[in-house]
Amino acid sequence: MAKITFITSDNESITLEGSSGSVMALAVDNGIKGIDGDCGGVCSCATCHVHVRPEDMEKTGTASEIEADMLELDDNADEFSRLCCQLEIGDHLDGVVLRVAK
Amino acid sequence: MEKSELPDPFEKARVDKGYGELNDQDDPVTMLLRLKDVRKTAHNYKTFQSAAQPGRIVVPSEVNIRDTRQIPFEVDPPVHGEYRAIVEPWFKRPLQAEYQEKLTAQIASLVDEILNKDTVEVVNQFALPLQSRALTLLLNTPFSESETWISWGTHVFRSEGEALDADKANILYDYIDQEIDRAIENPGEDMYSVLLSSDFQGRKLSKDEVKGVMVLTFAGGRDTVINAVTNSIAYLAEHPESLERLRKEPEIAAKAVEEFIRYFSPLTQMGRVVTEDTAVCDHAIKADTRVSLCWASANRDASVFENPNEIVLDRKINPHVGFGFSHHNCLGATHARQILKILLNTLATKVGSIEIQDYKENIESLDEFERKVGYDRINVKFNKLT
Ligand code: HEM
Ligand code: HEM
Ligand code: FES
Repeated sequence: MAKITFITSDNESITLEGSSGSVMALAVDNGIKGIDGDCGGVCSCATCHVHVRPEDMEKTGTASEIEADMLELDDNADEFSRLCCQLEIGDHLDGVVLRVAK
Repeated sequence: MEKSELPDPFEKARVDKGYGELNDQDDPVTMLLRLKDVRKTAHNYKTFQSAAQPGRIVVPSEVNIRDTRQIPFEVDPPVHGEYRAIVEPWFKRPLQAEYQEKLTAQIASLVDEILNKDTVEVVNQFALPLQSRALTLLLNTPFSESETWISWGTHVFRSEGEALDADKANILYDYIDQEIDRAIENPGEDMYSVLLSSDFQGRKLSKDEVKGVMVLTFAGGRDTVINAVTNSIAYLAEHPESLERLRKEPEIAAKAVEEFIRYFSPLTQMGRVVTEDTAVCDHAIKADTRVSLCWASANRDASVFENPNEIVLDRKINPHVGFGFSHHNCLGATHARQILKILLNTLATKVGSIEIQDYKENIESLDEFERKVGYDRINVKFNKLT
């Protein structure tokens, strides 16, 4: 079980618990504003973009090459950016804080 | 070659030089063929603009058949974003449960109609009615309107054999003018009425702007959806194991849809007009010429996709550009994805097998390339699941 916190663009903080699946699916199922997950998690739409809290980067890791190529052209992206459909939920993610990019 | 295969005609040019050349009505186009170049170019709207003369970014060019600017398609940021903000919530409605229920009912009843018929011509008797009926949900107009749209046939903009036909395009334009007038007199909950009452830069959208959005909604969502549906049926006919898998694992349908969009790439390419002398993959490109973003080629780029010429039903990482990329990415994608996903799940539960009887391929001629985009017609038999 992992507790994952989302901070939306209007500064609302929502903590959800999950044990499997992707972080994107968890967010979409719970209606987190700004995470649409249009492509269902295959890394083609970038509507699941989050900024990881810097100290949590160790837990999430950095973006894969294909993910980084998507994010490179997102004017809003920085070194803490991830497409959260590429984050698989597991104990290792417990406590992470993600700021929704949109 | 399998009947349902869509070969990749761009491979050699994509690997060797990265671009192709196409002369279209004396307004040549440099086709960009690699995924990275296509993405970068789509993102760089200042050098590669959409807000050119109406019709010019479409390949083949439509400058000779229309003056209406398509919105938000032929507008660049920042104004583009203001228009998108108005229409985006409307185009996200397919995510609502009620919308999906209605769509499921429509598709189920269409599939029931064609089950066990001796022969069904998929383009005209299945894909076209499916697309037209589904569009009544997107527009929130009466179901009966779909009969009018079906009666236009698949070639609403052209006569048989002629690429572009202004008279044909007028059927659609006149229809939309009438619908806008109706909505002005008698506003309702439909898309025309909603657009007419939308605020833009401190005023309401004008009639011409509403027309620009509506024409685009009809045009952009017609051949693309029809191609995607028809190609999906042809593929499932030849791949009963995939139909079987969708039956056992309905949850992979969303991934299968993305894979179909990548592989079929129902829209081959879209153009941009170059605003300053520049270069893409070491090839000089002059101001006031055109480039095209060739989605179909980018989606077979082996530097990104493993086994690009194979349909991998549950491909997990699939950063395709079948719905475009960046500012102008497809507004109708939410609707199109729902149509295809529901179609796959419905076929899996009702259809046991599909037999292809005969067909005529639709081949796009792009000077140095010939691309199969789908079928002009394809006769099949749908066998009921027993
Ligand atoms: C499988 C079906 C579809 C495919 C493959 C597809 C593909 C695309 C692509 C590649 C673009 C980008 C064009 C560019 O960058 O210039 C696009 C844009 C667009 N599409 Fe689709 N499309 C599909 C269905 C639809 C549907 C159903 C609608 C509406 C009913 C629609 C409406 C639009 C609109 C309005 C745009 C322009 C968006 C903008 O400029 O901001 N499309 N589509
Ligand atoms: C904006 C107004 C548009 C108009 C007036 C228009 C007009 C046309 C015309 C005249 C054709 C026939 C061309 C031929 O036979 O060679 C055509 C085909 C097509 N258009 Fe458009 N188009 C528009 C926008 C779009 C958009 C936005 C998309 C997709 C995003 C799109 C996708 C297609 C596709 C996929 C075909 C079929 C190509 C084929 O199968 O031969 N169109 N359109
Ligand atoms: S959900 Fe589409 S890229 Fe993550």
